[in-house]
Amino acid sequence: MSTSGVPAFALPLRVLPPIKVGRGRARLLVERNVVAYRRGWIFLVSGFFEPLFYLLSIGLGLNHLVGHLPIDGRSIPYTDYVAPGLLASSAMNGAIFDATFGIFFKLKIAKTYDAVLATPLGVRDVAIGELSWSLIRGTAYSIAFLVVMAALGLIASWWAVLCLPAAMLVSFAFGGAGMFGTCYMRSWQDFDLVSLAIVPLFLFSGVFYPLSLYPGWLRIVVTLTPLYQGVALLRGLDSGVLGPVLLVHACYLGLLGAVGLVGASRRLGRLLLP
Amino acid sequence: MRMIACLSPISGGTLQVLGLDPMRDGPQIRSRIGLVPQDDTLDLELTVRDNLYLYGRYFGLPKKQLRERVDELLEFARLTERADERVDPLSGGMRRRLTIARALVSSPSLVILDEPTTGLDPQARHLLWDRLYRLKREGVTLVITTHYMDEAEQLCDRLVVMDAGRIAAAGSPRELIEQWSTREVVELRFEAEGHQVHGDRLADLAERVEVLPDRLLLYTDEGDATLDAVRSRGASPIAALVRRSTLEDVFLHLTGRSLVD
Repeated sequence: MSTSGVPAFALPLRVLPPIKVGRGRARLLVERNVVAYRRGWIFLVSGFFEPLFYLLSIGLGLNHLVGHLPIDGRSIPYTDYVAPGLLASSAMNGAIFDATFGIFFKLKIAKTYDAVLATPLGVRDVAIGELSWSLIRGTAYSIAFLVVMAALGLIASWWAVLCLPAAMLVSFAFGGAGMFGTCYMRSWQDFDLVSLAIVPLFLFSGVFYPLSLYPGWLRIVVTLTPLYQGVALLRGLDSGVLGPVLLVHACYLGLLGAVGLVGASRRLGRLLLP
Repeated sequence: MRMIACLSPISGGTLQVLGLDPMRDGPQIRSRIGLVPQDDTLDLELTVRDNLYLYGRYFGLPKKQLRERVDELLEFARLTERADERVDPLSGGMRRRLTIARALVSSPSLVILDEPTTGLDPQARHLLWDRLYRLKREGVTLVITTHYMDEAEQLCDRLVVMDAGRIAAAGSPRELIEQWSTREVVELRFEAEGHQVHGDRLADLAERVEVLPDRLLLYTDEGDATLDAVRSRGASPIAALVRRSTLEDVFLHLTGRSLVD
């Protein structure tokens, strides 16, 4: 057929050097997400403001009504009490959005992973890459929140330098669990379950008041939820009240993230490579 | 096709792709093949250019060389002017061209195309055929599935007719026509319901006669002579057409005319 009017092509097309196939390709998924968000960076930033607004609202308003809380025999200003809890929810928010909505869109709607798997990348690269991205986003939120906490004088102890890795553990746990759950979702309606999980976690996991206000059985239930584990870990580090129980919290979060990652990786394999 | 692209386990028999074992060497094989799936699976969150660029990155290609190659591929797919737009507003033909360009980013030795032109308008199809023909000329092996026999005739050196998952026939388009059909076909249309009667009466004039609800097909090597013979028997069709046999005749002969869904 005629191709008149079409510029001459530099054909044959350039042949690139032979491709080395190896591990460590998960970072390419992260690279993809960086490029994809380059035009939508505003959405990246927006999620950070929710816990920040809570912190400012409580610091400026509620703090004056509540005053100090008696915790473990010490008297703590209410803002100091709430801040590490909000840091934990910021780390959760940062990780959970891309691990749930983002992955569902790419998995079921855009079929992004079908295209990715036709390249040398495998499902494990997809799972690790996406969880890494959630972790990066959660970490960015946590750093920003810690900077605000420091600026407002809400950091009480040098142990707080460990708040960042601890917040990353929270992101890892929620990213992994969120990704695993998302692999079982069938439609957008199922995402009501995500809100149904996140909102009560945020309100009842001891971010705003101590669990001692709950009856015994409820206290046990809440203690077992992941956000409580993160809140307790971060509050301990921020206030410098340490104990071996912090290690238990950290192990819980690490384990949850790891189980989520392995489970999601397997499930993705079954969904995408039948 | 999914088995060749190492995306599904082998369901039976043996399979080697580029001399490698798909079960063991999946990533190595995938690094040397380009896949054009039936659904485009383009990345909706990226621009046209980034779709090519990041796909190349998945193959581990170095950034600088990749940028140059992406420019060439945009030119090849005639998408340079749309390079910085997202994929969403592109027409079906443009998306298809982009998907094919994407499959070429890693300079594959084998390109697998699943119904590359289904749903495209004639202009878009011809442009795609032109691009695929260029690739073939450059020595790239193309494996194509298609329901369009003209597409198969245009692009394929070797053709396999599949029926219900089994190979019904294989060969070059020419060979298949020679083996499974006659050189020419005479199509006759008669008034109303007479096709079966006429079919029986004219059966000895052709190698094979096919009676359809609206037409009669006579498979013969000399179409004009057959048509003369038909007329000399006093049969007077309301329409008559002599044409060359096509792959479509072969395909319908081999797989039957009933709908397969």
